[in-house]
Amino acid sequence: MSLIVGIVAFVGFLVAGIVYKLYRSQWFWGIVAIILLLSANLIKDPGYLSITYSEATGRLVGNLVDILRWSAPIMLIAVGMVLVIATRGIDLSVGSSMVAGGAAAMQFLSVVKTPDSVSGAAIAVLLAILTGAAIGAINGLLVTYVGLQPFITTLVMMMAGRGIAKVITGGQNTAADSAPFKWLVNGTVLGFPVVILIALAIVTALALFVRRTAFGLVVESVGINPSASWMAGIRPNGILLTVYILSGVLAAIGGVFAVGSVMVVDISGTGYQSELDAILAVVVGGTSLAGGKFSIRGAVVGALLIATLDKTVLFLGISGAATPAFKAVVIVLLCLLQSQRVRNLFTQRRAAATADPAAAPKASVAA
Amino acid sequence: MEDSAVIEDANGPVVEMRGISISFPGVKALDNVDFRLLPGEVHTLMGENGAGKSTLIKALTGVYRIDSGTIVVNGAEVQFHGTADAQRAGISTVYQEVNLCTNLSIGENVMLGHEVRGALGVNWKATHAAAAEVLAGMGLGDLDTRKPLSTLSIAMQQLVALSRAMVIDSTVLILDEPTSSLDAHEVEALFGVIRRLRDSGVAILFVSHFLDQVYAISDRLTVLRNGQYIGEYPTAELPRNELISLMIGKDLEALAELGSNRRSARRSEDAVPLLSARGIGKRGSVRPTDLDIHAGEILGFAGLLGSGRTELARLLYGADKADSGTIEIKGKPVSLHSPISGLTTGIAYSTENRRDEGIVGDLSVQENLILAVQAERGWLRPLPSRQAGEIVGKYVAELNVRPPDPDRLVKNLSGGNQQKVLLGRWLATHPELLILDEPTRGIDVGAKAEIQESVAQLAEAGTAVIFISSELEEVVRMCDRIIVMKDREKIAEFDAGPEVTVELIVDTIASHQAGDPAQPSEEGGAVA
Repeated sequence: MSLIVGIVAFVGFLVAGIVYKLYRSQWFWGIVAIILLLSANLIKDPGYLSITYSEATGRLVGNLVDILRWSAPIMLIAVGMVLVIATRGIDLSVGSSMVAGGAAAMQFLSVVKTPDSVSGAAIAVLLAILTGAAIGAINGLLVTYVGLQPFITTLVMMMAGRGIAKVITGGQNTAADSAPFKWLVNGTVLGFPVVILIALAIVTALALFVRRTAFGLVVESVGINPSASWMAGIRPNGILLTVYILSGVLAAIGGVFAVGSVMVVDISGTGYQSELDAILAVVVGGTSLAGGKFSIRGAVVGALLIATLDKTVLFLGISGAATPAFKAVVIVLLCLLQSQRVRNLFTQRRAAATADPAAAPKASVAA
Repeated sequence: MEDSAVIEDANGPVVEMRGISISFPGVKALDNVDFRLLPGEVHTLMGENGAGKSTLIKALTGVYRIDSGTIVVNGAEVQFHGTADAQRAGISTVYQEVNLCTNLSIGENVMLGHEVRGALGVNWKATHAAAAEVLAGMGLGDLDTRKPLSTLSIAMQQLVALSRAMVIDSTVLILDEPTSSLDAHEVEALFGVIRRLRDSGVAILFVSHFLDQVYAISDRLTVLRNGQYIGEYPTAELPRNELISLMIGKDLEALAELGSNRRSARRSEDAVPLLSARGIGKRGSVRPTDLDIHAGEILGFAGLLGSGRTELARLLYGADKADSGTIEIKGKPVSLHSPISGLTTGIAYSTENRRDEGIVGDLSVQENLILAVQAERGWLRPLPSRQAGEIVGKYVAELNVRPPDPDRLVKNLSGGNQQKVLLGRWLATHPELLILDEPTRGIDVGAKAEIQESVAQLAEAGTAVIFISSELEEVVRMCDRIIVMKDREKIAEFDAGPEVTVELIVDTIASHQAGDPAQPSEEGGAVA
């Protein structure tokens, strides 16, 4: 009996600790928002969160799985974006990198003789990655060696990227068929969608890369104080180039996900306004647009929130016309809750409570 | 002018702060501090860094809220909820480091928020005219108010910042380290204006680390130590040594003895110099200059602000690229084109501009300490955490960084401790040549002594040090050899010895005629 009480107390303690740690993190309100949105859906349909295993197709089925699937490309562009933003930059061209990467893959699959071979699909993915890397490299070179502003540079690439996609497909919405390519996006492993596994693997690998090497440190340093970083011997050009290329590559993989689910690249639709989703995810994740400190975990939470929002809007049957406004309201509320001013309201109340008893005796001594 | 302090009790104080306490997490920044400021006086706030001077000023200007105590301004108790409240009460401030918009014009900076308005919005012509008038009152009438502020030197920007504080009709003017970047002439000009303001009844709160200036300008002073009120004294009745012992709470013999053993030349004449520069220069910045520095030697650059001392140092580090001349390290030619090339050849340069080019404010003490080592390794090879811990433990202890918390953001440290962190950052790279540009500027007496001691120990251990300071006394006391610079060129070089004094250096600078080619080469050649 006492053992059970002990275990319950221990678990409760653990949970309280985790919740407190979460509360201290910048992306706490993002988690809260996700929970609130899911709860709203739960009220409309009590079975909303249930996940079932379908014997017929051999895959897990449920709204949560849908949300995760939907979040995969957003997650990738968001973690790319968070690094760019940390260096005081911004990448508006991720949507265009998506469509250009998707176009390269689709066009290759539509002309190659054996699109159903694994090697064919692999080359298609590789071509997409190279396209994204090229776009990112151009961004990076213009920002570093030419010294253009990131906003202007990537705005130009945002327009050019769709043009590149058009050139690749000859202006067509190219469709293709490739079983292994399609499997990447629609397939499952033990019932679990491959696309989610890939996205999580990439994000985890990136997070490890950033924090296990000193890349995160130099990115933050350059974002916080570029001239002090330079004087300390940090060479910013290589770092900037790396973050833009990473962003382009991650966007292109996101593009593969986007085109793979329907096996057709939509020149005007694929990746359309994805840059906004990515920026929002970064902001929701608590990374300042002014650069400096960044949080990859926060960006992932942000991406999950965006995906949850998109799916909730559909599920609640909010009219298509009102969708952007609904999204905007949620995001504005979140940003408000995260703003320094509102946070100060919370902390000041706590600080005042702790400071008063300490100050009172001193004052009486003085009197 | 000296008798202005006598009127004190006739009018009553314009500012009276009683029992002020302010706490930050883990630190009691101010503990029951009293402070009063009379109309028509210059009042200096004295204390080491971390004594609470800045905190007290920020309480008075509404930046920080006080935990307990009262603030009375012009006889009425006030509660400031922001800087705007304080400004409305007639309190204006010029902060320690220039805080202006460098991309706006001089006139816009002076008048910001107080532009002259006409029927069609801001009347820029009148605004610039008003700005010019204010600047003329400061003896800066020759400035073109339409030029961007960034075209001015830091010293001139400081004077513009001061002028800006005068646009608001204030009864209290707070000058936080206004002279730290000014040369002697500019300080004199500033003091002239301060005296005029004082005689017109403005209460002036002055903070400076230059004792001479404190004694030259202030009527009374208040001493703080470790966040506590020590006392209030008429300046004329407090001898300097007594003031210093009040500030640091211990006697200063150790500091006085420092450097007394630095009179002997440390280099052997025939040895290959560690660094040898020939004709190194950069157009518009430094004229071609020769210099040698040997291992274990402290070489001083003496000169006024703008003499080229910082510019020359930057060339030696690679922060700026020289467009003429050659540099050899131990007899081998090297190319210094960026800071990293300086670092990898064993040179480290600690900037005079701590805020903009030194610390990375939002990173922790630990991250700031390892930054240069990490940059040298490249980011693909992270410093193992055990090694990082060793570096941090070593330098936090050796340099006495307070508080000794490696995870604290460096922007939350006092100026002196930020400087120690920077010194640690460069020492961690084990440089053969360490260039220190104004390492003791704007920091308190205690930290200054600690940094001077570290420099002496470094040279003892065989590191070559270039020491740049606008305090000539410090240069003379610390250095084995002194290069005197004026108008962007080296005009003389002295081996330290009993005959080398501050007066000699001042005379050398004063008597040197610009464009006289014979003098520098002769004098420099004679000693080198």
